[in-house]
Amino acid sequence: MSDVLLAAPSRRSLSLHDAKVRGIIYQLLLAVSLLALAVGIAVQTASNMRARGIPLSFGFWNEAAGFDINQTLIPYDTLSTYGQAFWVGVVNTLYVSLLGIVLATVLGFVVGIARLSPNWIVSKVAASYVEIIRNIPLLLQLLFWYNAVLKALPAPRASIELPGGIYLNNRGLIIPEIQLYEGAGTVELAFLAATIFCGAFWSYARRAQNRTGKQLPVLWVILAALIGLPLIVFLLVGSPVSFVMPELKGFNYRGGHQLYPEFAALLIGLSVYTASFIAEIVRSGIQAVPKGQTEAAHALGLAPGKTLRLVIVPQALRIIIPPLTSQYLNLTKNSSLAVFIGYPDLVQIFAGTVLNQTGAAVQVMAITLSVYLAISLVMSMAMNTFNQRFAIVER
Amino acid sequence: MTRMNLTNNEACATLVLHKKIRGTKMQAILKGLVGAAVGLVVSNASAATIEDVKKNGVLTCGTNSATAGFSLPDNEGKWTGFVVDYCRAVAAAVLGDAQKVRFIPLTPKDRFTALQSGEIDILAHNATWTSSRDTSLGILFAGTYFYDGQGFMVRKAENIGSAKDLDGASICVTQGTTTELNLADYFRSHSMSYSTVGFADEEAVVKAYDEGRCDVLSADTSTLNASRQRMAKADDSVVLPELISKEPLGPAVRQGDDHWLNVAKWTLLVMVAAEELGITSQNVDEMKSSDNPNIRRLLGAEGSLGKDLGLGDTWSVDVIKQVGNYGEVFDRNIGKASPLKMERGLNALWNQGGLQYAPPIR
Amino acid sequence: MSDQSLHPPLVNSSLLPPMAPPCGIRPSPATWIRKNLFSTPFSGVLTICFTVLAAWLLHQFVSFAVLDAVWAGGQEECRANPDGACWPFIVEKFDYLRYGAYPLSERWRVDLTLAIGAVLIVWLLWKRAPRRNLAALLFFIVYPVVAFVLLRGVASLNLPVIDTVLWGGLLITLLMSVVGIVFSLPIGVLLALGRRSELPLVRAVCVIFIEVVRGVPFITVLFMANFMMPLFVPDYLTPDRLLRPLIAIALFSSAYMAEVVRAGLQAIPKGQYEAAKALGVSYFTMMRLIILPQALTIVIPGIVSTFIGLFKDTTLVAIVGIADFLRAVETARVDPNWAGPTISSTGYLFAGLVYWIFCFGMSRYSQSMERELARGHKS
Repeated sequence: MSDVLLAAPSRRSLSLHDAKVRGIIYQLLLAVSLLALAVGIAVQTASNMRARGIPLSFGFWNEAAGFDINQTLIPYDTLSTYGQAFWVGVVNTLYVSLLGIVLATVLGFVVGIARLSPNWIVSKVAASYVEIIRNIPLLLQLLFWYNAVLKALPAPRASIELPGGIYLNNRGLIIPEIQLYEGAGTVELAFLAATIFCGAFWSYARRAQNRTGKQLPVLWVILAALIGLPLIVFLLVGSPVSFVMPELKGFNYRGGHQLYPEFAALLIGLSVYTASFIAEIVRSGIQAVPKGQTEAAHALGLAPGKTLRLVIVPQALRIIIPPLTSQYLNLTKNSSLAVFIGYPDLVQIFAGTVLNQTGAAVQVMAITLSVYLAISLVMSMAMNTFNQRFAIVER
Repeated sequence: MTRMNLTNNEACATLVLHKKIRGTKMQAILKGLVGAAVGLVVSNASAATIEDVKKNGVLTCGTNSATAGFSLPDNEGKWTGFVVDYCRAVAAAVLGDAQKVRFIPLTPKDRFTALQSGEIDILAHNATWTSSRDTSLGILFAGTYFYDGQGFMVRKAENIGSAKDLDGASICVTQGTTTELNLADYFRSHSMSYSTVGFADEEAVVKAYDEGRCDVLSADTSTLNASRQRMAKADDSVVLPELISKEPLGPAVRQGDDHWLNVAKWTLLVMVAAEELGITSQNVDEMKSSDNPNIRRLLGAEGSLGKDLGLGDTWSVDVIKQVGNYGEVFDRNIGKASPLKMERGLNALWNQGGLQYAPPIR
Repeated sequence: MSDQSLHPPLVNSSLLPPMAPPCGIRPSPATWIRKNLFSTPFSGVLTICFTVLAAWLLHQFVSFAVLDAVWAGGQEECRANPDGACWPFIVEKFDYLRYGAYPLSERWRVDLTLAIGAVLIVWLLWKRAPRRNLAALLFFIVYPVVAFVLLRGVASLNLPVIDTVLWGGLLITLLMSVVGIVFSLPIGVLLALGRRSELPLVRAVCVIFIEVVRGVPFITVLFMANFMMPLFVPDYLTPDRLLRPLIAIALFSSAYMAEVVRAGLQAIPKGQYEAAKALGVSYFTMMRLIILPQALTIVIPGIVSTFIGLFKDTTLVAIVGIADFLRAVETARVDPNWAGPTISSTGYLFAGLVYWIFCFGMSRYSQSMERELARGHKS
């Protein structure tokens, strides 16, 4: 036995019995076959594209698009370029995703905490929500919201009138448009000042707590400053704002902002669906915090609310955040189901109409996939940073 | 052509390898492997479509997913319609059997991509022939089987008599069509505002209009009429008199395959010529013994059209016997013998006041 | 430590006699209600609100689906009733929803295939069934061949070939899910092992594959697989149109599966690997007999939820014009003959029920399995 052990180093020649050599050979084989595959695909694609006269360049980017998009958050009209259409799509995707993330998070946390409620009916209703929603395909839910709920709303002439000049019909939700006059800038300045004050007050309060142990009413002061100061300034400069009320003219209401049913269906569908997953994540995260933590906090005399806020949630968050991020990513990717209900997101506009008009399928798909990859990369990086900052510091 | 590209790319690939791996032996091995892979892959990159069709024994044809009269599957997957019959005619010409077609339903948004890539052999869709599609999409149109124009459908209750009254309307359109582009032009030149609701799927567009999501449905008038078949409240709607565009609908093939383009083109033209010469699916056999040299050439009794196209001698007889001439196909699917009851109009033969005109067969 | 003299003097040296079990732990209904529904005023308010909400939702559902629904009759009755579901619509479309355009005379083949599959799955999943290894062999090796022969047909066996463009409805949905499930797990395991490999290139390739696949929306992948693939690879390497989404869905969920399996691999103590290596066990034997059985057991819930995700994702193949179950419902819904006020809702309700039953069944099975395994660990 010891002979073999001793002899081993001297026999270090290039032999297939050496794990390292085998490793190198495996990797070489893998590299060569992958490279051959990649080159093969590239050559095949290029030769096919050239033979069929398919555009190989990105020249279409600056050509006029010539089609209309109903929801544009950045300037766009039919004379804009394909490049601008791309940005409209990106912004629309990010818009619905970000709003969806906020709504899904709020709803998901409420449902997740409700599932742990000692109240029997509350926890059962929350559990039913989770079990029903997450076991039905998202696409089906989107179609349901769009076709069965929102399209069933009355026509514009029979709109449902809500208080405050808001109208609801099968063309969407029409709300008054806010117009700002001169002097509105001072309100923004006041808001900025309030923000700076809040930051200063917060750090002062922390220092005071560290020094004396006394807690200042941080939340109330911050809320008062953020809402109160701009409000006072707003009234002082004489309410420099007016509302453009929507009115029925021709086919539909004119004036005001219109929230399209396609957008609403996508937003509701994504939020409701993702919330059911977030609820489960929140529930298991909270349950993963040992019961001793609650008991210890109670023993120290912390009130139940403070126990949850200062002891349980910070620990649970550490478990919750990583899967939560992947739910956020899923929501963003799922927003591409917009194509089924006509919401103009990146896939519908860019990988749909633009691809069709320009014929530059390879380029357009490459750009589209890169956008989603970039979003997922940025989110993963943010999560890693978070994990590093909040990881439990081991002794 | 392909050979030359190949060597260029091979050189590129090797160049990348040069940077990554040193050692001449390794290079040689890799170069050989890559070359072999490339050779294997590209070997039949530009095989002629007609050879593929003959080899597979079936024609893969991209059509509308569901447009009554043009292309519609029944519950058992049997396809009928005007463009469907064109596909069958091509299959009869190439394979001698009009049933040897595989229909791939495509949305307008996806149709050109599917043709470009080679997913389908021929596109027989309600696709408009335009200059940019002929030049920049890598495809070529092979003729016009239906002359059409874009129109508007509105509900009668709106009391609208003209397209000029459509200011502020929301309009349902199908994504990836010329409809989208024409709308933008029309409303801009008349300084009117509008908002589109676009879906990839034609059925979804019709359904959205039918359920009241839009005030207006805009499409080619043939499609508008066909759409009525899919509406619950078809009688509540009316098509406005204006046509805002020219929409010559035709079949399309990939660029770089002139032979196949010719087959696609002449299958259509032979059907038109047959109507002009009075050859129908009923009398085609008797017509073969006609004295008229035009008829004889068309049916392959004289001349060498079939051979020149790389098809069998009986190809035109197969087309007309199994599918019919242009007029028969029109009447059966969208014309007077169909529920759609469309007029021939622009699609009448040239000598009857229409635009359908076949160049001489000689 | 075992020395008696080290015990503190207060520790009893003999066992105490057993006590009688506590009595009356079952609370009276009143106590239960007080404790679980009205423990605090706030809780009481919540109870009332949620009871009203739940009752209202349940009432809506029951009156739509049962009480106000049209059970018999046809299009006329449905058009006249704006309040309830239209079940005759589902009855008439039922065959289409199940088979798509599969030829009428050959539909027994689909039924037979599904029946065999159902029997095998029950055999495989029923924990006390005899010879489950044989079931696994039949299901994973023999069944795919039988299913292929039956569904597609072989002319020489007197089974006419049915082109895959005719397949549709629930058949497609089940086919996609079963194929996805059968293939995604092994590929996922391979990817997970690759990601933890000591060979840097293997690791890199697996990481890139997993992250890229997880970073892009499935419908874009499907679009490329079905409309652009012949551009990238030559004809003779391009699989059938129905096969491509199958491959796409299997590869796609394998990337998610890989992450689930990786979590299981990471949870296995290092000592297990070291012990196996010390015994001179080869890498593959170690994985097959020691690491993977433990790792996969830990992550069964994750595996099943990936399966459920895959099942739900099969709905997305509608984007490439394949008539899966949901797409069949959509096609049936827009049939103008049946245009009625509640046709859409009825279609979606039915589809929702079907999907829900499958998904909920899977998740329940995984939970029961989890409990069983947890029991196993305790003993």
